[in-house]
Amino acid sequence: MSENTETPGSPGITASAPDPTDDGAIGAAVEHAVAAFAAASTLDGLKAARLAHTGEKSPLSLANRGIGALAKEQKAAAGKLMGASRGRVNKALTARTAELEAQDAARILLEETVDVTAAPRRRRAGARHPLSTLQERVSDIFVGMGWEIAEGPELESEWFNFDALNFKPDHPAREMQDTFFVEPPQAHLVLRTHTSPVQVRSMLERELPIYVLCPGKVFRTDELDATHTPVFHQFEGLAIDRNLSMADLLGTLEHFTRQLFGDEAKVRLRPNYFPFTEPSAELDIWHPGAKGGARWIEWGGCGMVNANVLRAAGIDPEIYSGFAFGMGIERALMFRNEVGDMRDMIEGDVRFSEHFGMEI
Amino acid sequence: MRIPLSWLREYAQVPAEAHAEDVMAELVKVGLEEEAVHRPMDQLQGPIVVGQVLSLVKEPQTNGKTINWCEVRVVPEGQRQALTGDGIDPSGVQGIVCGAHNFEVGDKVVVTLPGAVLPGDFRISPRKTYGHVSAGMIASVRELGIGEDHDGILVLGTLGLDPELGTDALELLGLYDEAAEINVTPDRGYCFSIRGVAREYAHATGTVFTDPADGVNVTAASGPGYPVQLQDEAPIYGKPGCGRFVARTVRGVDATAPTPTWMSSRLRLAGVRSISLAVDISNYVMWELGQPLHCYDADKLSGDIVVRRARSGEKLETLDGKVRALDAEDLLISDDSGGIGIAGVMGGAATEVSAGTTNVLIEAAHFDEVSIGRSRRRHKLPSEASKRFERGVDWQIADVAAQRVVDLLVELAGGTAETTVTDVGTKPAPIVIGLSGGYASARIGIDFTDQQIATALSDIGATLTPGAVQGTQSAVGNWYDVTVPSWRPDLETRDDLTEEIARLVGYDKIPATLPVAPPGRGLTRVQQQRRRLVQALADAGLTEVLAYPFAAKSDNEKFGTADADAPQQMIKLANPISEEQGYLRTSILPGLIEIARRNHSRGFRDLAVFEAGLVFLPDGGPLGTDHIPPLGIRPPEAVLDTLYDGLPEQPLHIGAVLTGKDSPLAAGHSARAWDYADALDLARLAGDVLGVEIVVSQGSHQAFHPGRTAALSLRSGELIGYAGELHPKLLAELDMPARSVALELDADKLFNEAPDVIVAKHLSTFPIATQDVALVVPAEVPAIQVLEALRSGAGELLEDVALFDDYRGPGLGEGKKSLAFGLRFRAPDRTLTAEEASAAREAAVAVAAERFGAVLRA
Repeated sequence: MSENTETPGSPGITASAPDPTDDGAIGAAVEHAVAAFAAASTLDGLKAARLAHTGEKSPLSLANRGIGALAKEQKAAAGKLMGASRGRVNKALTARTAELEAQDAARILLEETVDVTAAPRRRRAGARHPLSTLQERVSDIFVGMGWEIAEGPELESEWFNFDALNFKPDHPAREMQDTFFVEPPQAHLVLRTHTSPVQVRSMLERELPIYVLCPGKVFRTDELDATHTPVFHQFEGLAIDRNLSMADLLGTLEHFTRQLFGDEAKVRLRPNYFPFTEPSAELDIWHPGAKGGARWIEWGGCGMVNANVLRAAGIDPEIYSGFAFGMGIERALMFRNEVGDMRDMIEGDVRFSEHFGMEI
Repeated sequence: MRIPLSWLREYAQVPAEAHAEDVMAELVKVGLEEEAVHRPMDQLQGPIVVGQVLSLVKEPQTNGKTINWCEVRVVPEGQRQALTGDGIDPSGVQGIVCGAHNFEVGDKVVVTLPGAVLPGDFRISPRKTYGHVSAGMIASVRELGIGEDHDGILVLGTLGLDPELGTDALELLGLYDEAAEINVTPDRGYCFSIRGVAREYAHATGTVFTDPADGVNVTAASGPGYPVQLQDEAPIYGKPGCGRFVARTVRGVDATAPTPTWMSSRLRLAGVRSISLAVDISNYVMWELGQPLHCYDADKLSGDIVVRRARSGEKLETLDGKVRALDAEDLLISDDSGGIGIAGVMGGAATEVSAGTTNVLIEAAHFDEVSIGRSRRRHKLPSEASKRFERGVDWQIADVAAQRVVDLLVELAGGTAETTVTDVGTKPAPIVIGLSGGYASARIGIDFTDQQIATALSDIGATLTPGAVQGTQSAVGNWYDVTVPSWRPDLETRDDLTEEIARLVGYDKIPATLPVAPPGRGLTRVQQQRRRLVQALADAGLTEVLAYPFAAKSDNEKFGTADADAPQQMIKLANPISEEQGYLRTSILPGLIEIARRNHSRGFRDLAVFEAGLVFLPDGGPLGTDHIPPLGIRPPEAVLDTLYDGLPEQPLHIGAVLTGKDSPLAAGHSARAWDYADALDLARLAGDVLGVEIVVSQGSHQAFHPGRTAALSLRSGELIGYAGELHPKLLAELDMPARSVALELDADKLFNEAPDVIVAKHLSTFPIATQDVALVVPAEVPAIQVLEALRSGAGELLEDVALFDDYRGPGLGEGKKSLAFGLRFRAPDRTLTAEEASAAREAAVAVAAERFGAVLRA
């Protein structure tokens, strides 16, 4: 580009040296040089103009050299004239250089332009399973209330899963929960049908009072379909303290549900039966954000811890009382996040988790 | 439990306009959850009327069928048709083509007139068929949706009906009735009766309840009836199997008399199939009063009835025609011929009531819940009777129920009741529970008034007397001795009574208060570590999935142990969902591989999935215990220890499977195939985020590539898992992409290894001195060991050492490789001289030379 650019003031003008005392001639040479710089449109063109007008054979350099041959009384004036003239030329050169460099830099940046919309995605975006994320979110709400998170084994002794929870050995209630048993039968081990065995372990192992949340995986012998799965997730809460009442249970549930479903959320209790609580209740929540409009949704069971359960853990029901509740995470995901089919949660299709990313 | 509304209305004041939905909305308030509505009229529409066949012409057809061309009168003789509409003949006589042949001229039948709709949105209209215009249909029970009978047309005479022509058949057959189906919890046996539900309906609505038992006048016995002996020699938990046995006899019945429609329609709505009049009556009374009943053909009995435990080896053919081998624990009804029924579960075939029966013996007994439950489970014979006995039947109702059956048999089957009554057994002592009003109030959080408590408890049928203070009930308030009603054996404790008070006052009256927990300690260290680990893997671009922890034996054998020949313990499920996945997993990987394959089949070949979950690792030691301690009491520590110790190890494992490419296709970017180092890198990441160093060595695991597998260990040398390329043969068998990689490690061991306190390192700001060395060593020497040798030889001045080249090729000699390392030296207190750095490097090389014969590459 620079090669075919016109370079004003090319070597031809160096034919003669102007007289360093000739104001007009020097001034003309200066004007000539300044014009040449201004006319240069590239840095290469400017370099040529610089050589032509400030190089050793340029008129001004030649004129400058001519000062030496002048009479002594002329030297001072000529030196002053030449100094000022060369100053003007250099200033013009510097200014033009800066201009052209800036232009050049801008041009290079423009040339480097890419289509950012075509940028590759080099890193995979990972994802959490929404059941895990929701479980953590629920846990965090209770931790915020001063509760602790308790956990236990998935393969559990029948005593922890049933007897300690006041399921009588021959009572039909044992069959309410279709249980996975393992071989041999006399080992009396089951895949826990709820996380309640963790409640029992907590009561046996922790100091009173107790406020714990027990989230985890549980098992029932249901075939997988759109609304059932043999392996699912629950969180159960347990509070044991002096003078706890059903009003405390209701207040706790309301506080919790408002944080997960918004300030409009409400809790409704309906009488029900569980071997491990008495009185017992079914718990419905008023879900303001429900698909199709706010409505009551059945979510779990709760009640006051049965005195026999307290006794099984060596806690005196004359001194302490407690409440417990249990809800399903899958179910929450269905009505809170509008997952329509249980199978999506267990099949491991990466699109399912990736849609949620790290949030819930 | 299905509740026909017409039945409920006999004993509770249900508003005339109320539907099943309204009734359920009330019942749910007292704890009976709604299940379904059964309403025939949802699928039916009139006009459907009684008609009489006036004429019938059989017309053989070319297709081999014979049809009947009928004239059917659908209005009373001498009257004109009041209905109008397309196809409705003003004369009151309809012409109808009918394909069934089980009726004749003069029969009264059900006629669906044009305009009617039958179940399945079957609309009746006049239509041309077989050369006639057929204006309506002569209906079968099946077409009406009230039975499965394939015999053909419903001939009303067979039901004992002779209604006027034109009568609304929907009314006649009870089809305007509807039923509410509710779920009865296992504690509320008495709600398996109209009696119980009507009482609950009254509780829910505050309306009046009439006890159906009160409407039955039990005959005073003129003397003992059929001899019955209760001989339980092996009571379960010390409780006799039969607590009461009432027997009544009705003679001269017509066992073939039809069941009246009012009864059969209610039974049908209740979901009970009509079988014969005697059976229908016993079912009807069971539904009404909750007392299971059984009718014997009295002439087939021989000798005294004895209620006893079965003898080992004894057999009985039950009503369903199956011969059952009895267990010595089964409670048996027997006579001289042997067993005639498994008590409370199912009667015997030999003494069953049949069409020829004329004398009926009625049994109304009270059996022990546990005994019945065990027999039911043993013989897999769930029945309406066993369902009620297991949940507790009112001891007091037996004679009333027997009387009700007697009355109905006399009324409907024309028999004569004998005045003798058999009634043996021992009346249980009433259950009396002490309760303080203050206790109930404190437990619920409502200050109940004395009035509320008294009303609630007397409404459920309990009697209250001022009681003496018992035990140490701490709360104040009035004291009551509460005698619970005989139909509520579930009421055993003050908490049971508290629930009754609360639910009758209304759970919606409970206020909300928020208890304050003591200061908590937040998530435990391990809970935080687990979250960090799982989140780190997701942040690294992996997708979390959750597989079922069930596995095939072969999968466990392949993935759960490194060495194919080493025997592996695993837990077998007694009742798996599928036999193929009949074990608990010993490895996370099979589930992940299955999920990977599912994603592949859905078009996603480039994957990175992981799971954190428990695996089940029995060690061959004793599993569980046969000694399960009793409920309601804290087991001694030694017993608790056997419970704890009986569980196998269930550590948290993390596993990951990576297949295909590491990133999506994109312009200007070439995605890289995952390789063994990615798996290893993720393992290291797991260590990094927990502050645990993972030591890598060449590993060997049957599921992995023999040359591209890293064994992962802790600094202590304890093995925690494997990472690398899956075995190519395995991948081919599973139709997985070649070069798929995986990792699995025991996260619990990582958590446990994480330091409690990390001590800070001094940061020297003096300049770095770098030195590179290339060492020629035998090819089989692992690079990491050479690196360790350099590290140990270099001394304290060494800040870091890294492998930056692994060269094998010409100039090194057979079986050699050249490893190039960069060493970075720095002193804490001065600038190192070149001589010092070189001396340290030489010392490092000397150790490598000593250990592996390493020589500096020329």
